[in-house]
Amino acid sequence: MSSVTGVSLADETPGPHGSAPLSGDGAGTGRLGDRLFGGAAKGAGLLVIALVTLVGVFLLWQAIPALARNDANFLTSREWSVDGAHPRFGIVELLWTTVTVSAIAMLIAVPVGVAVALFITQYAPAWLSRPAASLIDLLAAVPSIVYGIWGLRTFGPVFEPVQGFLQHTLGWIPLFTGAGISGGSTILFVGIVLAIMVLPIVTALSREVFAQTPVTHKEGALALGATRWEMIRTAVLPFGKPGIISASMLGLGRALGETIAVTIILSTLPDGAKWTWSLLNGGETFASRIANNAAEFDTPQKAGAFIAAGLVLFVLTFVVNAIARVVIERRKAFSE
Amino acid sequence: MAKRIDVSDLNVYYGGFKAVEGVTMTVEPRSVTAFIGPSGCGKSTFLRTLNRMHEVTPGGRVEGKVMLDDQDLYASSVDPVAVRRTVGMVFQRPNPFPTMSIYDNVAAGLRLNGVKGRKKLDEVVEKSLQGANLWKEVKDRLGKPGAGLSGGQQQRLCIARAIAVEPQVLLMDEPCSALDPISTLAIEDLIGELKSKYTIVIVTHNMQQAARVSDRTAFFNLAATGKPGKLVEIDDTQRIFNNPSVKATEDYISGRFG
Amino acid sequence: MTTSTTASPGPSAGSAGASASGTSRAGATSAATTGAAATPPSTRGTAPTELGHKARGRAVKDQLARVVMWAAFLLALVPLVWILWTVGSKGYHLLLDAQWWTNSQRGITSRREGGGAVHAIQGTLIQGLTTAAISVPIGILTAIYLVEYGRGRLAKAVSFMVDILTGVPSIVAGLFVYALWVTTFGLQRVGFAVCLALVLLMIPVVVRSTEEMLKLVPNELREASYALGVPKWKTIMKVVLPTAFSGIVTGVLLGLARVMGETAPLLILGPYTKSIATDLFGGLMPTLPTMINQDRTEVLQPAVDRMWASALTLILIVLLLNVAGRVVARFGSVKR
Repeated sequence: MSSVTGVSLADETPGPHGSAPLSGDGAGTGRLGDRLFGGAAKGAGLLVIALVTLVGVFLLWQAIPALARNDANFLTSREWSVDGAHPRFGIVELLWTTVTVSAIAMLIAVPVGVAVALFITQYAPAWLSRPAASLIDLLAAVPSIVYGIWGLRTFGPVFEPVQGFLQHTLGWIPLFTGAGISGGSTILFVGIVLAIMVLPIVTALSREVFAQTPVTHKEGALALGATRWEMIRTAVLPFGKPGIISASMLGLGRALGETIAVTIILSTLPDGAKWTWSLLNGGETFASRIANNAAEFDTPQKAGAFIAAGLVLFVLTFVVNAIARVVIERRKAFSE
Repeated sequence: MAKRIDVSDLNVYYGGFKAVEGVTMTVEPRSVTAFIGPSGCGKSTFLRTLNRMHEVTPGGRVEGKVMLDDQDLYASSVDPVAVRRTVGMVFQRPNPFPTMSIYDNVAAGLRLNGVKGRKKLDEVVEKSLQGANLWKEVKDRLGKPGAGLSGGQQQRLCIARAIAVEPQVLLMDEPCSALDPISTLAIEDLIGELKSKYTIVIVTHNMQQAARVSDRTAFFNLAATGKPGKLVEIDDTQRIFNNPSVKATEDYISGRFG
Repeated sequence: MTTSTTASPGPSAGSAGASASGTSRAGATSAATTGAAATPPSTRGTAPTELGHKARGRAVKDQLARVVMWAAFLLALVPLVWILWTVGSKGYHLLLDAQWWTNSQRGITSRREGGGAVHAIQGTLIQGLTTAAISVPIGILTAIYLVEYGRGRLAKAVSFMVDILTGVPSIVAGLFVYALWVTTFGLQRVGFAVCLALVLLMIPVVVRSTEEMLKLVPNELREASYALGVPKWKTIMKVVLPTAFSGIVTGVLLGLARVMGETAPLLILGPYTKSIATDLFGGLMPTLPTMINQDRTEVLQPAVDRMWASALTLILIVLLLNVAGRVVARFGSVKR
C-alpha cells in the first residue's frame, strides 16, 4: 500500500527505511527450499485459523445435544441441574455475575491503569520510567492462583470492615444490601481483585500508545502555554483514546474469562438461593461454574451443559476482543 | 567476466503506477555508467530492475527486455536468485549484517549459497577485502563485528561482500550519499579500480561524482510529479557534461533546475 | 502489615480516594508552590492580574494531576508488594529445607509436616517445556508468515485469529481440549492433554513477540542478502531470524512464564496427585498450580504452609523466566 502512495519518492527510498518492512513478494522463487519454507509458514498461519475455528465448532458440537435436551430456557433460566433425563439449566445468573464482576474490575482498572500509564510516559523521572513499567508488568506475571489465595486469605479479611461499612451506610441501595456473605467472598471483592489483575494489561497497551504521541502535537500544545496536564488533555489523551478503548477491551476480555482467582474467592450460592441485585452477595461466573464442577464431567450430557456455558463465554470474549481489534485497526488506518 | 547489458523498451511499475517508461540503453562492459537526474525520476527504480531487486517491493513489476550479453533476465525460465548472484548490488546506506563478524559478512554470500571449506573461504575473503581496499585496515580484526567499522569502511565492506560472490555486474545505488568526503574519495578510487574487472552502474545525486568516476552518463527526467520517469539521453560523460544533445540535460547540469 | 491495611481499601475507592487526598495536599501547598509555577505566564509583564489569577487555577490543576498520577502508580504497587511479601514471608521457610527440593508429597497427609514439591516442580517444567516445544515452531512460523509472506485477506485473517486466540480464556481452552481429547477421542486425562490446552495459550504470545521483533529487522539487511543471490528462505533463516533472535527468546520466555502459572485448564484436564509422575501419556501428573489448588481450602497448618511454599516456588519460577526474558531483551541484537 505504501508503495502506491510513495511512488513519487521511490527514487530516493527504494527500500524505505522506517516504514513497514517490505517483505519481498517477488523475492521468493520457485525453488524447492522457498516453496517448502513458504508453505510451512503459510501452513502455520492456517493452523492458527483452524485452531480458533475448531474451538468454536467443537464447543458448539458438544453443546448442542445437551442444549437440545434442556427443559429450561438456556438464556433466561436461573436453574442449573444437569443430571437425569430432564436437565434444566440456564445462564442468566452466570451472565449477571460475570458481567458485574468484570464491570467492577473495569471501573477501577481503567482509570487507575490509564493514570499509571500517564505516570510512566509523562510524569515519571527518566530514571524511574523503565523500572516503573517493569514493576507494573510484574503484576501481570503473578499467576492467577496466587491472586486467588492471597485474595481469599490475606486481602479478604482486610476488606471485611469496608464491606461492613458499605452495607451499613448504603444498605438501602439494592446493590449494597447485605446477603450474609463474608467480606472476602463477594462479587464486589472479586471485582476489586480482578481490577488488580487487569490493571497491568490496561497500563501496558495505553502506555505504548501514549508513548507514540507525536512530539509535534505535544510541543504544539506546550508552545501555546499549556501546562503539562493541559498538554496531556489536548494532545496525549485524544491521540491515545483508541488505545485506551482497545486496552480496556483486552482487559475486559481477561476479566470475563478469569477462572481460578474467581473460583477461589467467590462464594457459591446454594441451589434455589433468592435472586438479589446485591454486589455483596456470592455467585458464580461462567468460568468459575465450570471450574467448580470440573470433577463432575462424567457423562457427555453433564459435560455438555458446562461446555455450553463455555461456548457463551467464548463468544463473549470473542466479541470483546474483536471490538478491541477493530478499534485499533481504525486507529492504524487513521494514523497512516 | 564483465558483461554487457542491453535494455530495450522497459516499463517499470509499482502496482498500477508506471514509475519508469520506455527505457532503451546499452551498458558497456568494463566501464562505469552513471545515472543522474532529479529526485523521483526513477533512476534508482530502474537500477533495481537490472538485478530484479525491483520485484522484491510489493506490487513491483516490469515490462520489456533486459539482456545480459545474450540472456534475457526476465525470461520465464530465469531464476531471480541466480540473476542477483550475477549482478551484485551496493546500497545507499551501508548495511553489513549486524550479527556477523567482518569475515562472516564477506563470506556471507558464498556461505549462504552453500560454499563450505575454510581454505576457499579464507582466500575469497582476503581477495575481496583487498579488492575493496579494506584488507589492510581490518586484517587483524576479522572476527570483530562488521557494525563496529566506520561508515566508509562499512560501505567498502559491503562492496567486498558484493564482489565476493564474483558477479559480472556491480550496481551501486548512491553508494556515497551517507558518507563523508574522505570516505567518498576512497570509494571513488575503488570504483576506478573495479571497472577493469566489472561492469559498473552507479546512481548518484552528485554531478561532480558522475563526472569524476563515469565513462558514460545517462540522464533521467520526469515531466511532472506523478508522471513516469524517462531516459532523456545516454552518452559519453564528456559529451553529456560539455555538449549534451538535449536542452533539458544542459539545464539540469548547469543547475537551472533539479 | 499495618501500612498495607490502611492502603488496601484504596482500590475500592479508586481514583476518587486518590484525588481527594490530592486536593487537600495541593490545596495546602498551593500558597507555596503555585506562586512559582505560575510565574512564567505572569513574567510577560503585560499579563493583567486576572490572567495571573486564572493561571494559578491552572497550575493548581496541573499539580493536582501530577499528584493523582503519582498516587495511582504507588497505589498499583501496593498489591504487588503485598502479594510478594505475603507469599514470601509465609512460604520461605519450607523452601530452605532441602527435602522441599528432593521429596514428593507421597504418603503425606494434611496433618503431617514434611515432604517436598519436587513432583509438582517436575510436572510444571515437563508440561511447560513440552508446550513450548510445540508452540514455539508454530508461533515463529506464523509470525514469519505474517511479516515476510503474508499479504491480503489471508494474512489479515491470520492476524485477527491470533488476536482472538490471545483473548481465549484459559478455561475455554481447557474445555476445548476436553471436548476433543476426552469426549471425542475417548482418551484419558493425561499430562499431554494439558499441554495441548496450554499450546493454545502460548502460541499467540510467541507469534506477537516474534512478529514485533521481525518487524524491527531493517529491510536493508533483507535486501543486502537478496542482492547476494540468497534465496528468500535462507535470508529469513540465516539473516532475519538471527538478527531478531534475542527478542524472540524473550517472547518465548514470557510465554512460558504465562503457561506455567496457568491453573484453569489443569482443573479440567490434569488432576493432582501426590507422587512423582513423569509420563505425559499415562496417568495423572502433578504441577505447582494444582498443588496449590489442592491445599487452598486446608485449615491445618502443615498443609497451609505447603500451599504458601508452593505458591512461592511457582512465583520464583515465573519471575525467574521474566527476569531472564528481560535480560536477554536488554542485550538484544536488534539495535536501532
